[in-house]
Amino acid sequence: MKELSLNILDIAENSVRANATLIKIAIAEDSETLRVTVADDGCGMTPEILENVTNPFCTTRTTRKVGLGIPLLKLQAEQTGGSVTIVSRHEGTFPDTHGTETAALFYKNHIDMTPLGDIIATVVTLIQCNPHLDFLFTHMTVNGEVRLDTRELREILGDVPLNTVDVIMWIKENLTEQYAELKQ
Amino acid sequence: MKSLAELAAIRDKMKDKVVIREGVQGIRVVVGMATCGIAAGARPVLNTFVEEIAKAELSDKVTVTQTGCIGICQYEPVVEIIEDGKDKVTYVKMTAEKAAEVVEKHLKGGKVITDYTITKA
Repeated sequence: MKELSLNILDIAENSVRANATLIKIAIAEDSETLRVTVADDGCGMTPEILENVTNPFCTTRTTRKVGLGIPLLKLQAEQTGGSVTIVSRHEGTFPDTHGTETAALFYKNHIDMTPLGDIIATVVTLIQCNPHLDFLFTHMTVNGEVRLDTRELREILGDVPLNTVDVIMWIKENLTEQYAELKQ
Repeated sequence: MKSLAELAAIRDKMKDKVVIREGVQGIRVVVGMATCGIAAGARPVLNTFVEEIAKAELSDKVTVTQTGCIGICQYEPVVEIIEDGKDKVTYVKMTAEKAAEVVEKHLKGGKVITDYTITKA
């Protein structure tokens, strides 16, 4: 993946497939590190699947026998000296608190650090394609925080879908403006 | 700053339209968004479709959505155009530029760009 934001999109797609209703994407940066966490309230994984999840030959897809999403993220984190941690509670064992949290730590000054890239495009794409799900996006930087919570938008929008083109454009511009304010 | 008041204005503007939309079976643009599609460049393709469809004022008729891996990873980014009563059209090895062209010629003009479909590409 050329951008970390593409890995984030890919990992969030796992949450979509796990039938999550709320997906929390959090990026936290300091001068040395960047942490990405994707947490969902989806069906979760059994301990057997969780144990195997970084194996590229473990996948939920039915069209091929390889799954590269998690292995790619792990590779990109580890090549900076970082790591990936996945915690999951399967709905069979945890009927009320199921879900998965994937956390990746990157040392961003490492020469092999993958740039974050267009994170706004990732958030907009996820909302465009999954208007019935809720997303909480937060990005903490040394200059302040960017935040978007679709639950708050939904309260105002009522029955108007989140992927209405005007709403999508509003989200994109809102995030762009929040990032621009950070830079000042 | 894009304010919540502006969002409320969008809601008020859209309220009448939503009712109409529910009855209309429009065209669906489906972009493959599994790991293979994303790595090959599906995100800018999808974003371009959304923007160009809005520019062409087709947003009421065309919806843009995603699917998982359909099994032809080597041809990603893959885009399917699904319309009632017509054969599904599968565009392969898509780019943002090709997406803009598909909106103009296919979605707006009604003509399939066979150079980009799976049979030829």
